[in-house]
Amino acid sequence: LEVRREKLRGLAPLSEPRSPTDLRVRQLRARDLLRGDLEGPALEKHVEEAVLPTTMRKAISWGRANSIFPATFGLACCAIEMMSIVSPRYDIARFGAENMRASPRQADMLILSGRVSIKMAPVVRRIYDQMLEPKWVIAMGACSSSGGMFANYAVVQGADKFMPVDVHVPGCPPRPEALVYGFNKLQRMILGNPDPGWRRRYNGIGTEEWARAATGTASQEEIDAYAAARELSVSHETARSQESRGGAA
Amino acid sequence: MPDPPGLELIAKELDVAAAGSVLDTYHEHGQACLIVDPERILDVLGWLRDAPQQEYRFLASLHGVDYLPAEPRFAVVYELLNMPRTERLRVRAALADPGGDELPEIDSCMPLFAAAELQEREAYDFFGIAFRGHPDLRRILMPEDYVGWPQRRDFPMGGEPVIFTHNEREVPRWYE
Repeated sequence: LEVRREKLRGLAPLSEPRSPTDLRVRQLRARDLLRGDLEGPALEKHVEEAVLPTTMRKAISWGRANSIFPATFGLACCAIEMMSIVSPRYDIARFGAENMRASPRQADMLILSGRVSIKMAPVVRRIYDQMLEPKWVIAMGACSSSGGMFANYAVVQGADKFMPVDVHVPGCPPRPEALVYGFNKLQRMILGNPDPGWRRRYNGIGTEEWARAATGTASQEEIDAYAAARELSVSHETARSQESRGGAA
Repeated sequence: MPDPPGLELIAKELDVAAAGSVLDTYHEHGQACLIVDPERILDVLGWLRDAPQQEYRFLASLHGVDYLPAEPRFAVVYELLNMPRTERLRVRAALADPGGDELPEIDSCMPLFAAAELQEREAYDFFGIAFRGHPDLRRILMPEDYVGWPQRRDFPMGGEPVIFTHNEREVPRWYE
């Protein structure tokens, strides 16, 4: 740091006139702020320049990526490896995802840990649908990514036949480190481009079930409100996708 | 296990109790097996369960087998166990394939062994063997709407070709 500071000073002497956007000027101003010297309109201007470029969306993505609640959901042998990532040895708590929720309605990440049989596939899809937006899926291991060794009549050949999968982790089973790495990849994806367009393709937007609608005890107003919320969710997702593609979609 | 003479003794006594029910016997790897007429299966199992000196009261397993291309094609195998003597006896009933959409049929042994309920459902699920008199014959492991009998030997393997770099051009529509 000392070297870097010397270099900055060396670019141009401080006595020369500088533009307000110059890094050195902003640094000095930030130091002033820390001292409590900056107040009133000067403070407003500083906030405008230094804080707003960190957009709201980035801040939200940062929060989401570092506070993920995985669903407690094991399918097969990979689930043993998945369990160990919350253990002190691998410690997914370092990345803020140690809180496994027992209900899909409280979770925002689903780890498909094992082969998905064709009888289980509708159940998995329903659990995914029950999770609240935003939600992500990691396909862990060869079986849930491609069917793996189970090329037979009973197993779905890759979970992305019926639901959007964000990250595939190879291995049979993957070591817990590999799953943690896959999770870090997912975090990076959330921080960067949050929407590759898969959710629309799999009709996975606004599918959160609504408990009373499912039991058939909802009134017509409630059903209408639910439909409107779904419409809103779809349009929001579409707009977000277009924005993340630079408006080209 | 009944030894070979013991097995012949059982076969002979069974032939007296239920005439013509035993078609063959064999003794291999220390395991005794009776091959019986599927139409008489309830007589055979009932006698083996209840006759004094036999008393094979526990049905350890019931499973279907497909011997394609042998004829008769199917078989239902009953593994019986006499627990006090720790003696096991296998009973096999061979079933011909009726062809077409018809299913091979055999009497359910649920009146004798209640534990056969789920195992007969499994044999039905995988081999399409219909058990007459079963109270609730439907699929148990495969989805209810599944079509076909997946453990039959002429059932296609299923699955999909795995795409490697060396064969990706040969796999149809590999780019999708």
